[in-house]
Amino acid sequence: MTISAPVQQRGAPPAPGSPRAQLEVTAVDKIYQARRGEVHALSDVNLSIARGEFISLVGRSGCGKTTLLRILAGLLPPSSGTVTADGESIWRGGKRNDEAFQHFGLVFQDANLFPWYTVADNIALPLKLRGVGKRARRARAAELCELVGLPGFENAYPRELSGGMRQRAAIARALSYDPTILLMDEPFGALDALTRDKMNLELQSIHAQAGATVVFVTHSISEAVFLADRVVLLTPRPGRIRSVTPVPLARPRSLETETSPEFQTIVRELRHELDEE
Amino acid sequence: MRDRDGLMKALPFISTPILLVLLIGGWQFAVSVIGVSEFILPAPLDVWNSLLDLLVSGTVWADIWITLYEVLVGFVFALIFGTAIGAILGRVVWLERAVQPALVALQVIPKVAFIPLFVIWFGFGTTSKVIMAAILAFFPIMLNVMLGVRSVDRGHRDVMRGLGASRWATFKNLELPSTLPYIFAGAEVGIVFAVIGAIVGEYLGGSEGLGHLVVRSLNALDAPQLFAVIVLLALMGSLLYAAVTLTKRLTIPWHDSVAGVSP
Repeated sequence: MTISAPVQQRGAPPAPGSPRAQLEVTAVDKIYQARRGEVHALSDVNLSIARGEFISLVGRSGCGKTTLLRILAGLLPPSSGTVTADGESIWRGGKRNDEAFQHFGLVFQDANLFPWYTVADNIALPLKLRGVGKRARRARAAELCELVGLPGFENAYPRELSGGMRQRAAIARALSYDPTILLMDEPFGALDALTRDKMNLELQSIHAQAGATVVFVTHSISEAVFLADRVVLLTPRPGRIRSVTPVPLARPRSLETETSPEFQTIVRELRHELDEE
Repeated sequence: MRDRDGLMKALPFISTPILLVLLIGGWQFAVSVIGVSEFILPAPLDVWNSLLDLLVSGTVWADIWITLYEVLVGFVFALIFGTAIGAILGRVVWLERAVQPALVALQVIPKVAFIPLFVIWFGFGTTSKVIMAAILAFFPIMLNVMLGVRSVDRGHRDVMRGLGASRWATFKNLELPSTLPYIFAGAEVGIVFAVIGAIVGEYLGGSEGLGHLVVRSLNALDAPQLFAVIVLLALMGSLLYAAVTLTKRLTIPWHDSVAGVSP
């Protein structure tokens, strides 16, 4: 085991096994049994993510980024390798270790709100499952509506909301029980560019306020760089990590950040790497 | 746009009376101008008088209650068994595969052909009619529930799995509410079928109920009373259907079929 340096810069990768690492992916392989033989979706993926860090996973479609996120989220067992959260293995022999998932929040490409519940009931659903009382749930839902920019929509039904608003509600739901790890799979993929910019700014401030560790899957390089402390680039067939790029840009970042030369250099280099395949 | 939406909503309330007036007008026209024999088509007023006689003289109420009882009991049985068996077959894939040929066979058999058999087995009383109503209402309910159980959104399932929800919590918060619209879709067809089952049952065997009254009017060649009983049956069917739809509106106000398609 390597002993990490006492002071590490934010954005620098923590050494494997260091106390700062909250999420550890070690030698993860994923092989699907498809009709035309085996599909090697992920091969020897190793990643160490620090507490409070924002990681973006980018790559072409089919590079296994969603597969990796689903393994992290406990929705898909890895074929081999281990994933630990706060030192606890989240998969035990193909079985999900529910204990380790107490502090996970998930946001998907679709908002996946339940149409039979109001916005408030959707947001507070995780609390309901944890046996939190009705009053406390309502209070928390109102608070979260405020945080994600949906004040006054507590009693609306999901079908009355626009796509962007539904996605905000989905984020609020994921935040409802104060997760320390937030996993997001292209949450803004279906939104228009303007709404997306706005959501990215809001996600940044939510991340700053909530202080959670975030793993964010996207196919947009500029979105990845804008949000992340480190950008992890995956290459397909089999999916493996090609590079990990630190983003040393100051926070909070604004839309002007995107016009800065540093930002554009990082984006250009990543795009170049992606094109090289 | 607002005006148009309002007009669209009010449209059935305007069009239905017009259609009714046209129907009764055409009917009266056929009787008094074209001169159709009153054994074939009695005048609207004669039917109305016959209907009033039936209701005032009072004997028809017993028949109404008998038929209503058969329909409701049959429907409730169909709802319980249709939902339970539909849910099981929707979840247990191998079982559904195993019984599918038998199910298809049962579905294509004209079930009213069994009524004489039920009369032999269960007698001329209400039991054979209740069973007929239940069997007719059972299939649409079961098939809809089976479809509903399988149509639970995968993304919604991921949400529950991601939260580590128990089986019971998943059933209560996801599977049941997501299947309710399908149960109601089946029930809306089922209640209509239950009415058919009870009436056809009464046609073929027994001595009470509105279906039997239809046959009695026919034997007496009392065309106005025959029409009057048909009007009663139509009213009963409409009210029962409306009751199911109202329950749906109150139970799943969030569903597109109730709230209208979102803008």
